[in-house]
Amino acid sequence: MEHHIVLRVVAKILIPIILLFALYVQFHGDYGPGGGFQAGVIFGSGFILYALIFGLQATKSVLPPSVVHSMTGLGVLLYTGVGVAGMLKGGNFLEYGVLSSNPVAGQHLGIMLIELGVGITVSFVMVSLFYSFAGYRQQELGHSETATNTQAHEQETVDNPL
Amino acid sequence: MTAIGLYNYWIVFFLMMAGLYVVVVSTNLIKKIIGLNIFQTSVFILYISIGKVEDGTAPILANGFSVYSNPLPHVLILTAIVVGVATTALGLALIVRIHAEYGSVDEEDIYQNEPSD
Amino acid sequence: MISTHLPVLQVVIPLLAAPACILIRQATVTWLLALVVSWVSFLISLSLLYQAFYSGSLSYELGGWAAPWGIEYKVDMVNAFVLVIVSGISSIVLISARASLLHELGMRRIHLVYTAWLLCLTGLLGITTTGDVFNVFVFLEISSLSSYLLISLGPDRRALTAAFQYLIMGTIGATFILIGIGLLYMMTGTLNMSDLAMRIPDVSDTTTIHAAFAFLVLGIALKAAVFPLHYWLPNAYTYAPSAVTAFLAATATKVSIYLLLRFFFDIFSEHFSMRTMRLGEILLVLGLVATFSMSLVAIFQQNVKRMLAYSSVAQVGYMVLGIGLASATGLTAAILHLFNHALMKGALFLSLGCIFFRLNSHDIKDLAGIGRQMPWTMTAFILGGLSLIGVPLTVGFISKWYLILASLERDWWWLAVLIVASSLLSVIYIWRVVEVAYFKTAAHGNISEAPLGLLLPTWILVLANIYFGVNASATVSYASAAAGQLLGAP
Repeated sequence: MEHHIVLRVVAKILIPIILLFALYVQFHGDYGPGGGFQAGVIFGSGFILYALIFGLQATKSVLPPSVVHSMTGLGVLLYTGVGVAGMLKGGNFLEYGVLSSNPVAGQHLGIMLIELGVGITVSFVMVSLFYSFAGYRQQELGHSETATNTQAHEQETVDNPL
Repeated sequence: MTAIGLYNYWIVFFLMMAGLYVVVVSTNLIKKIIGLNIFQTSVFILYISIGKVEDGTAPILANGFSVYSNPLPHVLILTAIVVGVATTALGLALIVRIHAEYGSVDEEDIYQNEPSD
Repeated sequence: MISTHLPVLQVVIPLLAAPACILIRQATVTWLLALVVSWVSFLISLSLLYQAFYSGSLSYELGGWAAPWGIEYKVDMVNAFVLVIVSGISSIVLISARASLLHELGMRRIHLVYTAWLLCLTGLLGITTTGDVFNVFVFLEISSLSSYLLISLGPDRRALTAAFQYLIMGTIGATFILIGIGLLYMMTGTLNMSDLAMRIPDVSDTTTIHAAFAFLVLGIALKAAVFPLHYWLPNAYTYAPSAVTAFLAATATKVSIYLLLRFFFDIFSEHFSMRTMRLGEILLVLGLVATFSMSLVAIFQQNVKRMLAYSSVAQVGYMVLGIGLASATGLTAAILHLFNHALMKGALFLSLGCIFFRLNSHDIKDLAGIGRQMPWTMTAFILGGLSLIGVPLTVGFISKWYLILASLERDWWWLAVLIVASSLLSVIYIWRVVEVAYFKTAAHGNISEAPLGLLLPTWILVLANIYFGVNASATVSYASAAAGQLLGAP
């Protein structure tokens, strides 16, 4: 059980840093390597690391599957919504220049929102993929097994409050 | 351009053939997906290697640099990588379901008892 | 004001509806949303066809960026015709999809099926509308991935392996197309179709362009199921759910044939493709072999759906034959056959869907005596079958007629005879089904007619078959305008 303690402690320290790094990569795509897809994957991997260490049930209580599925849809809607907003303001589809009074600011805003939409979709798709692959056995075996697993996990966390 | 100077194309060629070979020859479904990934990776390398401009730096605006590599292939490949990830994910999801139905991920076991229709 | 945005709205409206279907969890509401969005796309495509025919090509710049640097959506006669086919078939098949999918899939999360359907529609419409070759690849993958998903949902467990096989082969094909695009970009520096058409003649002697041509031919031929690369099609169409087969059989291969036309007549000029690279002879031979061999294989099938799938490969052979003839009449025949085959196969697969709804089987033995028990369905099947054979007064006759005209123009009497001979082969496999359905004693009692929701779209397509067979002036004028645009100055 000892090696689990090291993993747990390090994960609890690292996961917030991973999520923060993902946000950094997301919003610094203009100035360095980065952007929506890369940031989305890093963000998703933070949650997947949590699921690997603390178990699928704990992760599902933090981030319920229904939320994950809805967020993937919302990301795509954000992307297409920015494109349509450009059309409503008089430009063509995905024309960012018209989104703000100053065309350069409009370009900046447009790209930021588009990449945010991509990042949201990608991160929650990664988490959703992990849920369906990792959760497949549990779905097959039925709910009784998962109940015993959750009890065992709760026992562990009580014994080692770290 | 000597033959050695074209080394990026040799690498592309090698990876492409390796990937296709794995797809065609393996009977294990997961190995087929891996072969497909190798094949797609060779295409990415093809695009990116032709985008490099001699003496060019990475295509991000920075002070003091005037020659940049072509950013367009990079953007195209980002999209292609995402497509590759999605294809791999879908392929693996299908393999999970196939395993649940047939109990094996080997083609020979799967097609052995299937009634030809 | 909206009319200027129509080319992009054609693609964006289904794209907006797809994530909406994920958020709305209700099965019936998502079906209604998909149906409404599909009909809206159909109306947009009709408007685009009207504009392209009477006012000339439309062009739309995405993001406001001017043409060779930005992505341009270009709608001309060839595009607009295929757009009408894709959106029309989707709209009609979706009417039957609710009852049919509920019966075959019965899953809790059926709203996700409509999401995949809308994404497939977005992809197919996007491939057709766009004027940028990399955009073609992106939309090709969108439509392919969603069709792998839709196919894997079939009731038989072999749908999973069929979808997997299709995934492997389809991804290899799409990656070949990507390699071709990359090589073209390497030599010309542009991804815009009109710009490529201008720049390729300067570099067309290089091996790189020849290699790009070869990769593109292979990739597109694989997605279109041209004869030796058709292996994925029979399994995929047989085991997919009925509504999905009706949709994909009538649209997916058509869009790939459109890509063939666009790449090899518009981007690489007709002179380069047909004279220098001899694509015409290759397509001619492959098309002819396809029609004969696949019709022969279809005759010996026990599973009626599989029989129609092999027949689809044979019909793609006719289209490829028309393209190989490369004259104005030949191209008109090929483009007409895109439309006609969509109507024919749509009607046939939908009537098979009605049969499966009641019988839960596609085996020809189980169809015994159905003719009397399900009269409307079987009449639809017979009329669709007559159209497949090419009987006058049906839409199939029009395309065969133009194909024969095109071969006679070149004084190739032997080709005309072969086309007629292969049509006679389809009589055999259609007659097999008719014989079992009408002249054998019923295998199962208590089979009632299919519900109206399934019969209505079937008969819409059957009546369209007959209407466009009797009054073909509209479709022929559209197809010949499209052919003229491909061969003449764009």
